[in-house]
Amino acid sequence: MEFFQEFCAVISHSNLTETIHDIWVHSPKAAAAALPGQFVNIKVKGFFLRRPISICEVSSDALRLVFEERGEGTKALGGIMPGDGLDVLGPLGNRGFSTDKYESAILVGGGIGTPPLKFCRNSLNKSAAVLGFRNEAQVIMAGEFANVQVCTDDGSRGHHGNIKKPLEKFLKTGSYEAVFACGPKPMLRAVVALAEKYNVPVEISLEERMACGVGACLGCTCKTVVGNTASYPRVCKDGPVFDGKAAVLC
Amino acid sequence: MLSTTFLGVNFKNPIIAASGTYGYGREYESIIPLETLGGISVKGTTLLPRSGNKPPRIAETPSGMLNSVGLQNPGVDAFIKNDLPYLRSKDIAVIANISGNTPDEYAELARKLDIPGVDIIEVNISCPNIREGGKSFGADPKAAGAVTAAVKAAAGKPVMVKLTPNVTSIVEIAKAVEAAGADALSLINTLTAMRIDIKTKKPILGNNTGGLSGPAIFPVAVRMVYEASRAVKIPVCGMGGIETPEDAIEIMMAGAACVQIGAAIFRDAYAPKKIVDGLGEYCTENGLKNISEIVGSVKFNERDNQW
Ligand SMILES: Cc1cc2nc3c(=O)[nH]c(=O)nc-3n(C[C@H](O)[C@H](O)[C@H](O)COP(=O)(O)OP(=O)(O)OC[C@H]3O[C@@H](n4cnc5c(N)ncnc54)[C@H](O)[C@@H]3O)c2cc1C
Ligand SMILES: Cc1cc2nc3c(=O)[nH]c(=O)nc-3n(C[C@H](O)[C@H](O)[C@H](O)COP(=O)(O)O)c2cc1C
Ligand code: FES
Repeated sequence: MEFFQEFCAVISHSNLTETIHDIWVHSPKAAAAALPGQFVNIKVKGFFLRRPISICEVSSDALRLVFEERGEGTKALGGIMPGDGLDVLGPLGNRGFSTDKYESAILVGGGIGTPPLKFCRNSLNKSAAVLGFRNEAQVIMAGEFANVQVCTDDGSRGHHGNIKKPLEKFLKTGSYEAVFACGPKPMLRAVVALAEKYNVPVEISLEERMACGVGACLGCTCKTVVGNTASYPRVCKDGPVFDGKAAVLC
Repeated sequence: MLSTTFLGVNFKNPIIAASGTYGYGREYESIIPLETLGGISVKGTTLLPRSGNKPPRIAETPSGMLNSVGLQNPGVDAFIKNDLPYLRSKDIAVIANISGNTPDEYAELARKLDIPGVDIIEVNISCPNIREGGKSFGADPKAAGAVTAAVKAAAGKPVMVKLTPNVTSIVEIAKAVEAAGADALSLINTLTAMRIDIKTKKPILGNNTGGLSGPAIFPVAVRMVYEASRAVKIPVCGMGGIETPEDAIEIMMAGAACVQIGAAIFRDAYAPKKIVDGLGEYCTENGLKNISEIVGSVKFNERDNQW
């Protein structure tokens, strides 16, 4: 795994919603090395630990990062302006989405889990997307995917309800080789169950609190079970994408 | 200018990666070559593999972090087979950090690690994360001495005992460990700490409590290194919150012959290299032949109640 710690200039900053920010940072080395599903660990002024953020997509010399204000760190990060410098460690994660293995996939995103799927879309020949949000005001990036079905909990846009029915519809077509998902754990559980029902490989991106982000501290381990064997891999280095059937989502 | 001999082992500089923060040496290679460092203390090793504590294992605090990793590691045999050969291939002093539940376990670990490639045994009597073992040894002079004696009797390598700051008198423990035969001390390990999520009323860490490290603990480390190094004749390796060359110089002045860098690397992966470079510059600027000239050079204020 080759990664860099670079001081990058922020190229642009826009808001997708009041609290979701969309930035491009100039980072030629990381952009050239990045793969779908990988993330960067960002230093935020005034905070001790870096914040892990998925790589949404790349250009030849820049990374796009989309993040939501969740706590104090991401709130502070939201104040970043074009021209500011950002200390970026990455690209991180030895295992991303297997866009090299499959030609086609159904991409399932829940809320702020949507951004990294854009990188998958760019790398696949064919994809469909099922994106779930609380309500219309929270919908992000829907126009950036192919064959997209938006779902909202309150029915204010697209399918009324969670991602299950639209996902099942795409699975039934039998024309996608895999499912790639990123979002809250309850959603991931539902996605894995459906993919298993249709016997389609499923890969999910996990989140855990991190310190190093590179595999050195064992702060971020999750649990996987294959057969009778439990393992405790590091989300940062051994993931962040895991086989949905092996990951223990508790 | 920076090379130093510690416990008979040559360190090209006195900067060492702290146990648990640098894995087994591979992870940061793409940022700074491992050989930039004088030494590495590897992740705490136990006789059998351990899966560690349940997540979350990391919490943040101003100027530092808490961890409750709980000594997750593949066990000593896997370390010897899979990780030691890599470390051996590098020009760096290797410190094996060991943890056990009984003095016998510690001794068994020291015996297994009496092999080429391991330069020093660091005995973690202080890990605050494990319910059994760890904590009780480091907080009790008798137990600390018993573990030290058991390891010394079994080890073919120099033995450095790593002290916990979670004690009333660090001097008492330091003396007990020295009397039991330790060749050196290292300190400090993390301070037991806790954070609560006020929305859920639940502790952030899955283990409820964890160990505080980072700049927040630096002044505590300086004080304890000072007290311990004055109380014993054996050399002391200092650590706790060191982030800059100035911090390293400060703890060396307090009495540390060498310095371990832990959590700082999480914030700035270049930190160890910057510290090594900074120490070199400090020597040049101050006309020192060797950085060891500053060890223990603090000039303590006279205590005078009559001022
Ligand atoms: C691999 C990975 C990729 C991610 N990608 C994105 C992304 O593309 N966009 C986005 O908006 N968010 C993403 N996240 C989540 C994001 O890292 C957290 O929302 C953020 O760290 C919260 O920081 P804070 O200071 O605002 O919150 P606080 O709660 O104040 O943070 C306190 C500490 O907990 C950590 N923390 C809190 N919540 C999380 C979480 N959900 N995951 C990991 N650490 C957490 C923080 O990093 C910090 O160390 C990702 C997380 C991981 C692990
Ligand atoms: C994530 C993490 C894991 C650690 N694991 C160990 C360990 O296995 N054995 C040990 O002796 N100390 C361990 N420590 C303690 C450090 O080696 C060091 O003593 C402590 O963190 C203080 O130094 P620092 O503030 O520079 O990090 C760990 C610390 C951290 C942050
Ligand atoms: S965050 Fe350190 S091992 Fe994953």
